[in-house]
Amino acid sequence: MATVAVAAEPGAGAGAGALSALRDALRSRRLILGLVVVGFFVLVAAFGPLFVGDPNHEYTDALNAGPSAAHWFGTTNIGQDIFAQTVDATRPTLLIGAAAGLIATAISVVIGIGGGYLGGIADELLALLTNVALVIPTLPLVIVASKFMGDNGLTPTIFVIAFTSWAASARVLRGQTLSLRNRDYVLAARALDEPRWRIILVELLPNEMPIIVSQFTFSMVFAILGQAGLAFLGLQSADMLTWGNILYFAQNAQALDSGQWWWFAPSGLCIAVFGAGLALINFGLDELLNPRLRVYRPSKARAERSS
Amino acid sequence: MRLRYIGRKLGFYLVAAWVAITVNFFLPRLIPGDPVSIIISRQTQSGTVPAGEAAALRKLLGLGSGSLLSQYGQYLDQLVHLNFGLSITEFPTPVADVVRPAIAWTLVLVGLATFISFCLGVGLGALAGWKRGTRIDALVPSTTLLTAMPYFWLALLLVYLFSQKWNLLPAQQGYDPSLDVGWNSAFIGSAIQHSILPAMTLVIASVGGWLLGMRNMTVATLSEDFVVAAEARGLSPVRVLTRYAARNAVLPSVSGFAVSIGFVVSGQIVMEQVFNYPGLGSLLFQAVSNEDYPLMQALFLTISFAVLGSNLLVDLLYGLIDPRTREA
Repeated sequence: MATVAVAAEPGAGAGAGALSALRDALRSRRLILGLVVVGFFVLVAAFGPLFVGDPNHEYTDALNAGPSAAHWFGTTNIGQDIFAQTVDATRPTLLIGAAAGLIATAISVVIGIGGGYLGGIADELLALLTNVALVIPTLPLVIVASKFMGDNGLTPTIFVIAFTSWAASARVLRGQTLSLRNRDYVLAARALDEPRWRIILVELLPNEMPIIVSQFTFSMVFAILGQAGLAFLGLQSADMLTWGNILYFAQNAQALDSGQWWWFAPSGLCIAVFGAGLALINFGLDELLNPRLRVYRPSKARAERSS
Repeated sequence: MRLRYIGRKLGFYLVAAWVAITVNFFLPRLIPGDPVSIIISRQTQSGTVPAGEAAALRKLLGLGSGSLLSQYGQYLDQLVHLNFGLSITEFPTPVADVVRPAIAWTLVLVGLATFISFCLGVGLGALAGWKRGTRIDALVPSTTLLTAMPYFWLALLLVYLFSQKWNLLPAQQGYDPSLDVGWNSAFIGSAIQHSILPAMTLVIASVGGWLLGMRNMTVATLSEDFVVAAEARGLSPVRVLTRYAARNAVLPSVSGFAVSIGFVVSGQIVMEQVFNYPGLGSLLFQAVSNEDYPLMQALFLTISFAVLGSNLLVDLLYGLIDPRTREA
């Protein structure tokens, strides 16, 4: 079975390894572009609100105005500046994406790597749980759950999305763990009677880091898209200003029927560009681990199938 | 061996179906406060509540009575008889009658769009992988932009362009409401015309995923020994690609169907709202905004079972196209 490139030297020479990895990383144009895009949005989320006014309390006299020098993205039907809204919405949107993505990834690490390493009945059950969670469609579940819960502020949204979106990552991580657990260095650690938690944390986890990071970016995109969908259906608290909520307000005011494309365009584009930025980072990581990761893929699929 | 494979798969989907049914049972019971008292408190604000309303609502919501276990028993019994209770929005129509007409609309649209998207994505992906490093391949990362777009936003964009600006295609509903619903050419033509924009949305938004997966798998497969051997035998490149590389490279795309169909169905639900399409998504939205809990539960089950069913079908087909799985 083929090896993942990074698996070659676990733990050893971390400093030098990191340096050369950094050099490789700087050579990948896709990775750089992705980092620039994501970095830009993170900066906007952190500092943007300092530069624009509070769009929910400052109303201009111009209603339904198109983009102009005064209002770059135009204004809403009640005179809010859409550019200010878009900037202010960045922080909650990214927060939901990052937090839900982080929690979902953490769950998938525990279930995927834990199950894959422990094996036996524990693995069978966790794999079953994962596959079941994977085939049950999540959005209708989230919609119905959100309605039943009633309160759809920041925290409930994060948890509902996280708890329904970990399964795909867990499956990937389990496949990877199954292939890593019988590598020489893991066997050596086992022969040395190292405790299980240490083998998982020190031998397995660092070697699966690239995959974990890549799964995290997927989860983050998924969370942002999911929140936008919920918001668009009116299932998010209206006090929260996210890109999805802006789209909901636009739809509610029938902005499209009156041809106000500027109300729709920015938020959707932000979601798409930010998601593409994360995907480019993924591409870049993939390139770094090239070509062996690519060679590895069919065997991963095989490992999953036999489960 | 064949039978064992099918048996295992059926067993898995039975478990999955049971989980979906049980989740559906617990949904109204897990929430803080109970739906009956929530609805009643809302009704008290708008007028007097007739005596016995609480009991009537419990029956309406299919909540049953007695211990949790006996409620579960009653719930299963109702399910077996396809009795989902009465819809609150279209009282007193049974929920099943409300859901039934919507199924076909969504099923046909999602089915066709997924098929087109799969063929297109796999074809282009194989091409990009085959021409690795060329200009065609360099276009692949740009598809991530499509994949990261919210389905409903893409739908809005298409409506704006094709309906508002150019006035080419209808943007609302599944057919011209002035026509009679039935198997006549006017109605079918209208339905097709109305389905173009929704189908386009689904295809554009989902094709990137298929394309990327297929491209990577093709690149990986092309370096396998059997492909090298086929090339060494002097077979034509097209034959090597189609009969040797692509055939094997497509397998993970097929086995990854579960994840993709989940995405498409989720996108579809929100997207139908944009088009006012008469499918399950619009119905779910209606149910949610009208607090029609029995309808919501029935829809969740219907959508879950549709996804489970299509996955089962793909899994069984998978056993046919990849003999290795049958032996495992």
